[in-house]
Amino acid sequence: MPEHSASRVDTSRRPRLLNEALGVLVPVVGFSLALHVDNNELLLVYMMGYVAMAQGINVIYGFTGYLPFGYFGLFGAGAYAFGIGVTHLHWPAFADLALGGVGAVAIGVVLIPLFRLRGAYFAIATLAAALALGDIVANPALTSLTNGPDGLNLGSVYNSGEFYVSSVVLVAVSLLAVVWLRNSRFGLSLRAIRDDPYAASMMGINVPLRRAVAWLIAAALAGFAGALYAWATSFFYPTAVFDVTITVLALVFALFGGVGTLWGPTLGAIVLYSLYDIVGVTDPQAFQLIYGLAIAMLVLFAPRGLAGIAAGIRNLWLRRQEREVNRATA
Amino acid sequence: MLALFALVGGLLLGCFYALFAMGLNLIFGVQRIINLAHGDVVMLGGFLTWDLYEGFHVSPILSALVALPLGIAVGFLFHRLVLPRLDRARDVETMSLVLFFGISQVIEALGAIGFGPNERSLPTNAIPSHPIRFLGETFPAYLFVVAAVAVPLLALFVLYLYRTPLGLQTRAVMADPREAQAVGINTRRIAAITFGVGTALAAAAGALAIIVLSGVQPSEGADLTIIAFAIIVFGSLGNPIGTIVAGLIFGVLSQLAQVYLPAWSNLVPYVLVLGTMLLRPEGLFGRRTRVA
Repeated sequence: MPEHSASRVDTSRRPRLLNEALGVLVPVVGFSLALHVDNNELLLVYMMGYVAMAQGINVIYGFTGYLPFGYFGLFGAGAYAFGIGVTHLHWPAFADLALGGVGAVAIGVVLIPLFRLRGAYFAIATLAAALALGDIVANPALTSLTNGPDGLNLGSVYNSGEFYVSSVVLVAVSLLAVVWLRNSRFGLSLRAIRDDPYAASMMGINVPLRRAVAWLIAAALAGFAGALYAWATSFFYPTAVFDVTITVLALVFALFGGVGTLWGPTLGAIVLYSLYDIVGVTDPQAFQLIYGLAIAMLVLFAPRGLAGIAAGIRNLWLRRQEREVNRATA
Repeated sequence: MLALFALVGGLLLGCFYALFAMGLNLIFGVQRIINLAHGDVVMLGGFLTWDLYEGFHVSPILSALVALPLGIAVGFLFHRLVLPRLDRARDVETMSLVLFFGISQVIEALGAIGFGPNERSLPTNAIPSHPIRFLGETFPAYLFVVAAVAVPLLALFVLYLYRTPLGLQTRAVMADPREAQAVGINTRRIAAITFGVGTALAAAAGALAIIVLSGVQPSEGADLTIIAFAIIVFGSLGNPIGTIVAGLIFGVLSQLAQVYLPAWSNLVPYVLVLGTMLLRPEGLFGRRTRVA
């Protein structure tokens, strides 16, 4: 479970509010204007999807301590729900987008019983469920519904302006969700559950219900990210959306920045996804090596990510200030 | 008769699956760590076998034996170098999971860089290939070869665990690490040795996996880990004998699925692990002490 200490509870309210406001506004405004700087629209849409999913990992792992390795299953569910909306129901794109979120939430509801398992078992059980879902979707027996292993072609609804704006909205929603969790009684109760579920339930907190709500928020974020991926990509194979790499990326982004914080996963996703775009596309194996090492190193040397390093530096600085004050007064 | 074919073939394959999953359960039993790189070690064992055969015409059966000391050394060293750092984390269980997730990615990448991303398979004459008639059915010879290697290795392992002082200490740590420490067992040393033994079992299973899966490729690790995990959960975590029984049952189930529902046979391990976790989380032979 992520580290938590008294030092993280800010005593002064105002700087924190400013920090939260900037943490939402800067990325949203930044992404809105990003097309003027970099016209690689697809890259930016994918990046925004990863910001949302890194924040989704933040919601479920940072606030409840449950780590879903099978998070990519929800992304794939969103992508396929969107695709089925386009190819079978012939709904307009925004309705399909909603269907993507609903589809992922529906899969999330099916997986809720897995919360009976403790952390590590939950992680692997979701991985098994996501791999199974990928196998089912790609199964030739379901070709009439999902087009089996041949993937989906959604060119008919391609509309670059609409999916770009939708992605910016998704980023905003994911950031607002985290702000809400960081500042509400609900988020506080989640952290109480994470730290000690028994004590929390003794205090009258409905533990299973609150965990489930956090999980479904994370599921919806992954589902919308998947649907936007499908919309922007137009053509994809099941192996592209049911790929454990998606979990790896979202998890590394969140851990790199620091879970439980607002800025951390956003920065992690923006910085590291840009790197991925430089290294990963041309040389996927080198990328996999670097990211695997990054995960291992983060766990071993910086379990709280950038946020932890920043806090360490701040503490060091404060201590030196204190020493100087002491020397001056002595 | 198809059912008889599936049953006998499944039991023979099940011997392989038992060996294949044993290392994962052993490491879990001693340290409560789920080694997500298990399948990648199996993959490395497969490539070792392929290299030895292509380079020196070493039989895969011999490679399984070569893999044992190699696996023990690598596992022991890795454990000594890396695991002490993990003890400082707050939530060791989840953090170890993330750590091994990363290590699994590293091994997979190194495998793809070192051996290329494509599947490699042994020529059919690497092992005896003459079909064998048994109980009125004709079976491919590899099923018997695999079982003939897996069963003695498993027997050796069971002897080690139940008839040697080191095995006794290992079982003491599996039962209760704190009490084991209280009676003077060096739990850290036992954990490192066990990690080595578990790695060795996985690597040896890799020499057989290249035969069973008719090839080896760098990306197979994650799927293999899930299969091994399904088997050890089904047979109860921390219970080695349960893993043997569960391996045999898994072999039969997967063969039955391949005979009667070939399109859906890939789902067997996923259904098994999810079903066990939801319906009977303590597994077939669960003891009350099991944590989940």
